Amino acid sequence: MTAPSASAAPSFAPRDNYLTADYSWRSWLLTVDHKRIGILYLLSVTGFFFLGGLFAVLLRLELATPQGDLVQAETYNKLFTMHGLVMIFFFLVPSIPGVLGNFFVPIMIGAKDMAFPRLNLLSWYVYMIGGLVSFLAIITGGVDTGWTFYAPYSSTYANSNVALTAVGVFITGFSSILTGLNIIVTVHKMRAPGMTWFRMPLFVWAHYATSVIMILGTPVLAITILLLALERLFHIGIFDPKLGGDPVLFQHLFWFYSHPAVYIMILPAMGVISELVAAFSRKRIFGYSFVAFSSLAIAVLGFLVWGHHMFLSGQSVYAGVVFSVLSFLVAIPSAVKVFNWSATLYKGSVQLSTPMMYVIGFLGLFTIGGLTGLFLACLGLDVHVHDTYFVVAHFHYIMVGGAVMAFLGGLHYWWPKMFGKMYPEALGKFSAVVVFIGFNLTFFPQFLLGYLGMPRRYHAYPEEFGVLNVLSSAGASILGIGYLLPMAYLLWSLRYGPEAEQNPWGAKGLEWEKAPTPPPTFNFDATPIVTQEAYAYADDLPPEESRTQARLV
Amino acid sequence: MNPLSGIFALAVQTYPGSGTAPLFPPSASTISGEVDALYWFLIGVSVFFSALICALVIGFSVRFRRRPGVHATPIEGSLPLELLWTIVPLGIAMVIFIWGAKVYFRTVKVPSNAMQIEVTGKQWMWKVQHPTGQREINDLHVPVGVPIKLRMISEDVIHSYFIPAFRIKRDVVPGRYSTAWFEATEPGEYHLFCAEYCGTKHSQMIGRVYALDPVDYQRWLSGTVAGETPKQAGEKLFASLRCDTCHNTQSGARGPDLAGLWGSEVALRSGGTVRFDADYVRESILNPAAKIVKGYEPLMPSYSGQVSEEQLLALIAHLESLSAPQGAKDRP
Repeated sequence: MTAPSASAAPSFAPRDNYLTADYSWRSWLLTVDHKRIGILYLLSVTGFFFLGGLFAVLLRLELATPQGDLVQAETYNKLFTMHGLVMIFFFLVPSIPGVLGNFFVPIMIGAKDMAFPRLNLLSWYVYMIGGLVSFLAIITGGVDTGWTFYAPYSSTYANSNVALTAVGVFITGFSSILTGLNIIVTVHKMRAPGMTWFRMPLFVWAHYATSVIMILGTPVLAITILLLALERLFHIGIFDPKLGGDPVLFQHLFWFYSHPAVYIMILPAMGVISELVAAFSRKRIFGYSFVAFSSLAIAVLGFLVWGHHMFLSGQSVYAGVVFSVLSFLVAIPSAVKVFNWSATLYKGSVQLSTPMMYVIGFLGLFTIGGLTGLFLACLGLDVHVHDTYFVVAHFHYIMVGGAVMAFLGGLHYWWPKMFGKMYPEALGKFSAVVVFIGFNLTFFPQFLLGYLGMPRRYHAYPEEFGVLNVLSSAGASILGIGYLLPMAYLLWSLRYGPEAEQNPWGAKGLEWEKAPTPPPTFNFDATPIVTQEAYAYADDLPPEESRTQARLV
Repeated sequence: MNPLSGIFALAVQTYPGSGTAPLFPPSASTISGEVDALYWFLIGVSVFFSALICALVIGFSVRFRRRPGVHATPIEGSLPLELLWTIVPLGIAMVIFIWGAKVYFRTVKVPSNAMQIEVTGKQWMWKVQHPTGQREINDLHVPVGVPIKLRMISEDVIHSYFIPAFRIKRDVVPGRYSTAWFEATEPGEYHLFCAEYCGTKHSQMIGRVYALDPVDYQRWLSGTVAGETPKQAGEKLFASLRCDTCHNTQSGARGPDLAGLWGSEVALRSGGTVRFDADYVRESILNPAAKIVKGYEPLMPSYSGQVSEEQLLALIAHLESLSAPQGAKDRP
């Protein structure tokens, strides 16, 4: 067991860490260090994020005027398809698990690495191969089916690169499965002595729940894509009624993965929020076990609600009723989490540092995103808002307002640990505000557009929708600046930022208390022995204060 | 009409070159007010909880901001609070669920006196035929105050028939019929959109719905070339395709007599029964061997590729007109 390293660290400096262990290309591309693989993921997902963002810029520019005048209809259709594909499969799904999960799950449980370090590297390569195949499909003509690949349009009618894109997504799915498998085994087998299940940080719980979904859901996506490819390439009738297939079957299979995939994207984000709320209010998460089990409840219930994407597709009315009630149920664990996070701030010692600014943004936007989900789960109302901009706004509040805010918050929180550098705090806060304002200006008008009746995936639209679309496009330009700023100052900080202390936030957790900054290749100087629960902030209180204040509860 | 939607209608802004920019859609069918009421209730719920969370988060962040010498108070949690914020949202969610399901059942349960209009979707147009034979493309003229049932099918990919002012939408799927109904209440001209992405010109698969006073509707009908009604066309097709060679009333006919079967359960050769409806008729014309009626041999050749979707709709209209049994109602 190490001595408290805050005092011990300086005597070792300068010392080797995972960044300085080796500088060769080979040492990065063949690394089995989970932290370096996390950095590889960080570079890749950032690349895909800005690629998907570029598509979004073009979409919003086109939609700034009612007429389809900037690009042709076919190009527009390809742009929204590729925006969705890139953002979902190559950014959102791998972002938090691949970067922050890879880097911190092992450290948080006191492990030297993932259970299967080589598999971990393979998972990045599989992801990159899938990404490059899809990228090839994009630059050789693109694909125009929508990210949902609905048959029979995708299997019989579309004239774009459907098959090649599908191969890319198919391959990338295996990366998800490998990551999920690795995290599950790591959490089961690699915990340090004393790290019991209920001493694990909620970030680890969230990744565990996510991994279960990845392993159970992603194979169904692979099967669906395979069937689609069989029909498209060999005209085997599965989905197209002209060949004897059933187009609604495709939707069942597709959403059986793709609805749980929403939770693959948001659960890790919830894990990040739990860490940040605790750290910046210096308190144990309110209702720790309720927050932990709500992740598992979401993982289980999330598999039973796929039919709410199909209320109008021709599935039976009674199936619709069952899927509706289950969809309302899956909203409850998310509500429980939001209330617990809010309650954690009560009588805390709240510090509004940059990561916490993102948390507050997350709480506001995720709440709106979750509540508007009720509109869509509600049968009678979904008839009207289904496939309109209301849906577009709703899932962007969850995916961008939720997952991306949490990713940025987490990145700012752990950046000092990952790279040993601090970023300019004032600029960080400023960017968080810019992102929040830009986001709301972009997506709030889309709720109104949706109820007005503007369908999604429209290249041109009636003039009366013009004002709200202009607002949305204006917001998108602010949002774009909000994303470029952190990119710039975080890169700047790598070279010019001040050195980070071992624990700049005074946070609890093995990654802050026991691992040096940046961590060495095997994370700890000696295997940590865990004697405390997670978020043991109360231990720092002077004994008499701890007693007197505890009575006030 | 909801009073709040009136307020929104007043909040009309002017945008250079584009006239008005409403914030709320017109409400023009019997169901639209009910959907709007749900919407306002949900907005109320959303505003309440968003404001509550904002107040808690911002209030606590300010009130309990970090101050030198002031420590956080250790609080583990609270079972009563956990129960409170599980049960109260659950109760509200169940209210919304039941209310929403009720409205939904209203949108799927077609009144028995509805006037039936046939709709065929294809890339990228809507083809419509009225019971009196008038045809339209992309437009739809309907009388106010009469329930209208749309029987819809797609010739190619999935489309979705969406009239925002009536708050109705229904996917139009190839290979099976889907049904929607509405009753317009306010005369006017409204948007018709395809809501399911269907390819390059998806955003041009749009049209206008004209809700007319019954008198104006009659005037429109009489001013439009009627052509054959679906029933008449179906009757002719039934003869010209020689359906009656086998499907006739003679004893020992090779096919079942189709009169009077509409809406009833028919016993099958393979055991079990099937409901004699549009989907079964369609399947039996295109893939006759799939479900053979009890007592008959699989002799019928497939007409797949020989009849269009619109001809199928005509044949179905003809069979439907050969008397439905008493008391049978159209299922949603």
